[in-house]
Amino acid sequence: MSSDDTLLKADERHMLDHSILVRHRLEEQYENLEHQYHAATTAMWVFLATEVMFFGAIFLALAVYHHMYTDAFEKGSEKLEWIIGGTNTIVLLLSSFTIVLAVHYSKLGANKQTAWFLATTAALGLLFLVFKGIEYYLDYKEFLIPGWRFNPQEWVDKEHLSPDQVPHVQLFLVFYWVMTLIHALHVTLGIVAVLIVMTLAFRRHFSPVYYTPVEVLALYWHFVDIVWIFLLPMLYLQGTHTHIGF
Amino acid sequence: MSTEILESQIAEAPAVVQPETYLNFTSGILSWLLTKDHKRIGILYLVSVTVMFFIGGFAISVARLNLMTPEGSLIPADTYNRLFTLHGVIMVFFFLVPVVPAALGNFVLPLMIGAKDLALPRINLLSWYLYIIGACWTLYAMIAGGIDTGWTFYTPYSSQASHYDIVPTMIGVVIAGFSSLFTGLNFVVTVHWMRAPGLTWFRLPIFVWTLYATSIIFLLAVPVLAMALILVVVERVTHIGIFDPALGGDPLLFQHLFWFYSHPAVYIMILPGMGIVSEIIPCFARKKLYGYTFVAYSSMGIAALAFLVWAHHMFVAGISVYAALVFSSLSFLVAVPSAIKVFNWTATLYKGSISFATPMLFALGFVALFTIGGLTGLFLATLGMDIHVHDTYFVIAHFHFIMVGGMVMAYMGGLHYWWPKMTGRMYSQWWSRMSALIIFFGFFLTFLPQFVLGYNGMPRRYHSYPPEFQVWNVLSTAGASILAVGYVLPLGYLLLSLRYGKRAGPNPWRATGLEWQTPSPPPKDNFEETPIVVRDPYQYHLEKAQNEL
Ligand code: HEM
Ligand SMILES: [Cu+2]
Repeated sequence: MSSDDTLLKADERHMLDHSILVRHRLEEQYENLEHQYHAATTAMWVFLATEVMFFGAIFLALAVYHHMYTDAFEKGSEKLEWIIGGTNTIVLLLSSFTIVLAVHYSKLGANKQTAWFLATTAALGLLFLVFKGIEYYLDYKEFLIPGWRFNPQEWVDKEHLSPDQVPHVQLFLVFYWVMTLIHALHVTLGIVAVLIVMTLAFRRHFSPVYYTPVEVLALYWHFVDIVWIFLLPMLYLQGTHTHIGF
Repeated sequence: MSTEILESQIAEAPAVVQPETYLNFTSGILSWLLTKDHKRIGILYLVSVTVMFFIGGFAISVARLNLMTPEGSLIPADTYNRLFTLHGVIMVFFFLVPVVPAALGNFVLPLMIGAKDLALPRINLLSWYLYIIGACWTLYAMIAGGIDTGWTFYTPYSSQASHYDIVPTMIGVVIAGFSSLFTGLNFVVTVHWMRAPGLTWFRLPIFVWTLYATSIIFLLAVPVLAMALILVVVERVTHIGIFDPALGGDPLLFQHLFWFYSHPAVYIMILPGMGIVSEIIPCFARKKLYGYTFVAYSSMGIAALAFLVWAHHMFVAGISVYAALVFSSLSFLVAVPSAIKVFNWTATLYKGSISFATPMLFALGFVALFTIGGLTGLFLATLGMDIHVHDTYFVIAHFHFIMVGGMVMAYMGGLHYWWPKMTGRMYSQWWSRMSALIIFFGFFLTFLPQFVLGYNGMPRRYHSYPPEFQVWNVLSTAGASILAVGYVLPLGYLLLSLRYGKRAGPNPWRATGLEWQTPSPPPKDNFEETPIVVRDPYQYHLEKAQNEL
């Protein structure tokens, strides 16, 4: 296979036996590893486009109702733990940085570094989930679970909403729970995938000619981070937040 | 090995050489259930959608029989509602949407572009499992519990009033949606990266173009439907009004999200059919497809416009007049690329040397019925007219002309066209032509009366009606019985062909597509050697010139 040879020349050849490597990493329907790489990254980009539509639909719905019930939605938003939300944003941004480093090292064939940066990424993802869990617990204590643990009278008494506005607060909270839960599910799946690829890296799977899984995984991970960056202002940062509650 | 050699081998020494094909390279149930071969997965889909088709068809036969009498005394109203819902959900989500892309497309797309397989074979198998899980789950929910909302799941009816198993049904539909989504993803990547050398974009067969356009619709529309249905499920579980106006929600939002999927979905149900017809007509007219680039571009045009017209389903639902005006005008635009195709097929037929083989009969039936369906779509896109016939049998007739007269006809055409490739056998020409004719006339008798019924005001989804509508209803039911015969016939002669059919040889239709340059049934890896493409598609005129020399 001639194009593999040119690819090999492009980067340092080291002690790996490339013909074995090519045989093991190449799926039979592809011509060569480069071909396989392009197909895999295209697949992930296209998948992310569908994810944009998926989250887009619920963002649209949130925007529509925010427009209709601005007061109630802002009151609801002020109750959310924006400090945790903000901290989590930083955690995810850091994880995006570490996964980029993992990609970088995988391209050099430095499997050990790749594995450790993936481990860090997974740890940061886990930290995100822990914070999110704490936040959910606080929400539970503050009666912020619509339809199940929610105190309508309190919103009339303390927040000065009219009784017919209270359902709109619940509506806002439905959005908060659905969106953050779906996002958390994405993070969880991401962590599982990172751990799998990390194991591959510890087994010295990657090399300058084969690092596709790391790259594809990183694309997914960045997307999940970006969704959160949109969630933060749409959910947490509405309203004035003059009384900081933690 | 050249194909001629293979053919003569078979003819001369049938018992000795059993060539290795995708059907026999391994055997056993597991080798099918765990296969990553696109051809086998295509067959798995073919079997499963056929089962669903007959279940959906049976449900509506009972409902249609009930409409023989004005009182609808055969079944109770509640059963009637559950039957037409079962019919709609099964036919739309489990038959029309997957049938051509997932069953036929899976089988022929890689062959048509000279690839060994789809780009993501494991994901392909996963799609089939998602389809099966979604189908079993939905069927169970709808038969054990039942739902009566119609296939559109309109809120607030689906979020509060309606009883039974709405939540499981919706989950089943979402699961099946992801199955289509993954098929679409696979096709897009495959068309981008797996084409044989020399097969440039503008040498792609039109069927591949339409599958590509369909895939894009899958990718952009399915997630929106999934989210809308998830929100209904959340609403039913938490009793918070997302769409229910009594609780502060907005039912129109549901309709917007629903039709943002479902209008493009109607093009999922017609574009691949157009693609099939664009393969069949040049082949049986022995002519180059007229205006190839226009036909290719119009597929993408339809896909793009599909996303801009969703609210023409909501003219009487409470959108503003200005919105209605915009959506009405945009809807008319969709007619342009559709008409381009009809003109191009007609021009291809013009002065062709036409042979009326079975696939061609179905294709011609498609052109006639699709044209009627499309033109009545323009009626519906006209504001004043839609207010008159909205939610009447006129709408039913319109979309059945498109979906049944169009898509099912095209699917039958495609099935008969590629059957020799899939199985290596020919079927009975006489019986198959009979079934094409029976289906065509049965169809007309079933659905033409419904235009009259609708225009005179018979609403859809009613289990009884005023006596003056009876004549047309009886005609329609009679047509449906003929139609049923037409659909059952192929089951017989196609299955018989597997055992008794003549050997087809690699290219029984003398067609030009790449898929005909490999043995039938194809070997596991599709081609002995990756083909190199040097010509545009549909060069039937060259062959004619050669014969004349
Ligand atoms: C090309 C393939 C087409 C398919 C598969 C299709 C399918 C359908 C379906 C399933 C419905 C019924 C919706 C319901 O349950 O209420 C429908 C209604 C409608 N269609 Fe089509 N259609 C097609 C083409 C068109 C075209 C070309 C137009 C307009 C130019 C059009 C305009 C409409 C309108 C306005 C309605 C709504 C009628 C009403 O609710 O009163 N359709 N179509
Ligand atoms: Cu529409």
